[in-house]
Amino acid sequence: MSLVTSHFVPVLLWTDALIFMLLIVSLAAVWWIRRHAHLRAPWAAVARRPMAMGAALVLAVFVVIGLLDSLHYRERLDDSPPDRPQYSVEVLSVFDALAGRLRTQQEKTYSAPLAMHLYAKEFTERDGATVRDYPRLKYGGAHLKQADEYVPDIVRRILVGLLQGLAGSLLLFGLLAAWQARHERMRLGGWLSAWATGHLGWPGRTVVIVLTLMLILGAVMARLAAGYHVFGTDKVGQDVLYISLKSIRTGLVIGTLTTLVTLPLAIVLGIAAGYFRGWVDDVIQYVYTVLNSIPGVLLIAAAVLIVQVAIEAHPDLFDTAAARADVRLLALCVIMGVTSWTSLARLLRGESLKLRTLDYVEAARAFGVSHARIISRHIFPNVFHLVLIAIVLDFSGLVLAEAVLSYVGVGVDPAMYSWGNMINGARLELAREPVVWWQLGAAFVFMFTLVLAANLFADGVRDAFDPRLEERR
Amino acid sequence: MFAYVLRRLLYAIPILVGVNLLTFALFFVVNTPDDMARLQLGAKHVTPEAIERWKVEHGYDKPLLLNTRATGSAQLTDTLFFQRSAAMFAFQFGKGDDGRDIGNEIQTRMGPSLAIALPVFVIGLLVNITFALLMVFFRATYLDLWGVVLCVVLMSISGLFYIIAGQYFIAKLWNLLPISGYAGGIHGLKFILLPVLVSVVAGIGSGSRWYRTIFLEEIGKDYVRTARAKGLSEIRVLFRHVLKNGMIPILTGAVVVLPLLFMGSLITESFFGIPGLGSYTIDAIQAQDFSVVRAMVFLGSFLYIVGLILTDISYSWVDPRVRLQ
Repeated sequence: MSLVTSHFVPVLLWTDALIFMLLIVSLAAVWWIRRHAHLRAPWAAVARRPMAMGAALVLAVFVVIGLLDSLHYRERLDDSPPDRPQYSVEVLSVFDALAGRLRTQQEKTYSAPLAMHLYAKEFTERDGATVRDYPRLKYGGAHLKQADEYVPDIVRRILVGLLQGLAGSLLLFGLLAAWQARHERMRLGGWLSAWATGHLGWPGRTVVIVLTLMLILGAVMARLAAGYHVFGTDKVGQDVLYISLKSIRTGLVIGTLTTLVTLPLAIVLGIAAGYFRGWVDDVIQYVYTVLNSIPGVLLIAAAVLIVQVAIEAHPDLFDTAAARADVRLLALCVIMGVTSWTSLARLLRGESLKLRTLDYVEAARAFGVSHARIISRHIFPNVFHLVLIAIVLDFSGLVLAEAVLSYVGVGVDPAMYSWGNMINGARLELAREPVVWWQLGAAFVFMFTLVLAANLFADGVRDAFDPRLEERR
Repeated sequence: MFAYVLRRLLYAIPILVGVNLLTFALFFVVNTPDDMARLQLGAKHVTPEAIERWKVEHGYDKPLLLNTRATGSAQLTDTLFFQRSAAMFAFQFGKGDDGRDIGNEIQTRMGPSLAIALPVFVIGLLVNITFALLMVFFRATYLDLWGVVLCVVLMSISGLFYIIAGQYFIAKLWNLLPISGYAGGIHGLKFILLPVLVSVVAGIGSGSRWYRTIFLEEIGKDYVRTARAKGLSEIRVLFRHVLKNGMIPILTGAVVVLPLLFMGSLITESFFGIPGLGSYTIDAIQAQDFSVVRAMVFLGSFLYIVGLILTDISYSWVDPRVRLQ
């Protein structure tokens, strides 16, 4: 028995494993693309677009939060014996550890953004008499002794955050300028003027402005969150900012893992149908017409209901609630993937039909090159841009679909943090008097930011990769 | 033409059979009637007798594919597959878990669904084409650029927020229209306005951006250059030539969804309390009423296939070069 017993045990959920697999594959792809000039060129075109680069930076922040939130562990219970350690049933993530107080500072019920009082009146003792009033929050604004300290404190926190953000971005900008000037063998002044006039060859101004804005926003939020609930608290008193941040992972998982399921089906079946034609084509076309003709939401709903029954029938398979919710999330991704491969497959089929009649493919066939080799060497590389465009275009649609499906009741587990569940819960809150709007507002802000960034980035990628658009320019 | 339509209709049958088999597999084989009974009865009341009773009450007490206890053709017909799945081809949907006839419900609920979906479709088409033409008219200017950005922004907002915002501001805060509800005839107009308005606004982003690309593709073609060379004004080029030819892909793309309008919109109808097929479906999903969900799956795919056939016909109708054989 070792003296040092670990304080936590890592937990690898199914979606975690797939996410990190996806990360490794993407990194490998980046390494591969960097080594090939013809693959690098369209990405360089993406990098020259200010809108796409700004959006990519915003997406990167979301991805980092999502990845941190995918490193899961369970804490050891303090009172468990060291030789037989027992672990908490609550699955935490590195993000939870970083968020710290955001997770644990739970109020009694609703409170408005940046409030120091609860939303509901309660009977409290004051000067020996019982009065009905809004009680102070346990954590939000608890450091204030008097109510009149409130406004100066908020202003002070915003100003400090603003200055910190500015200072941070100036420091970063200075480092960037020094490094770039050295790298490009320019004088610092020369680089700065090239930056200011937009003659860098990459959208330096946009990158710096977006970075500055994000740093300032982050610093102000962090300052405020240290003393208040920035987006208020929900019905059970949990910090809405924390819920929104936790929902990022759910959105990213749905947007990416669904594509992971879609791709093999669409690529294999689409290319096979177009390349082999004949009965293969007939069968594949039949399958996708059948799947296509069923209204998507209904097929997803049917499959999710069935998965739900299966999960409820085998409670012993899952040791924690998080594992159960995770399997349901994965099932949702698989189901959405199985129902949504048809459009990409049809696109790939059409393209393969065209490619197989080209001279170099005919020549390869005449030389007796095997089908597998023709497809992997000649067909697949030439349809890959379609696959890539489909990946980035589908992402935002999938994130939006999660909200609708959760509303219908066939989305992610109701206990899971997701924007769909937040919106669903917020419907009743709008009917209250005065209105509880902050949970809905927070879900809107986060979802809108992610989807808008994804859409703008997707536009950049499509414009750079679509050869049809290239001709028109 | 007639022979073509007939052949397409025959071709639709194997697809409907496929849909039917798939739903049968999903709802009866993967997820057996026993599971359904357990789910409906709840954890407390599950006993083998209760399950049997539930199955008898709801007509699920038959073998799946082959009834060995029956004789003759009844061996095949007195089964779940024949009575619950194959019967759908005759539009016999049976009863929902609430005991009401699904076929009747569909008939009465189609009207309200159409009352929302049809105006949304027509007004949406007009509004989107107008915006797209405006952007094309001002193409390569800042107006066009910001128009596209605005479209992307509108696209990035979840449809749920449009509905919630519309209900909150227009109905609750400003009291202009009722929040939800439905009434037939002319009195129902006030209930229809808000859902139609919200749905049209929600569709502007993706719709006008898509139509803009179609018009832009058209405007780069040779005949447009010829028209300009003839000295036609830009307005005339746009309306007489670009709009007319651009309408071909737009209209044929719209025809495929035309039959599906009967199904209504799940989310809109449920938020606004419209007693249409969309809210019927969503209620069935939430109550886990599988027979209604199955019926709607079948109806949906049937309407989709009708849409595909209509699309082919409309192609030959608007574009004389396309011949149906």
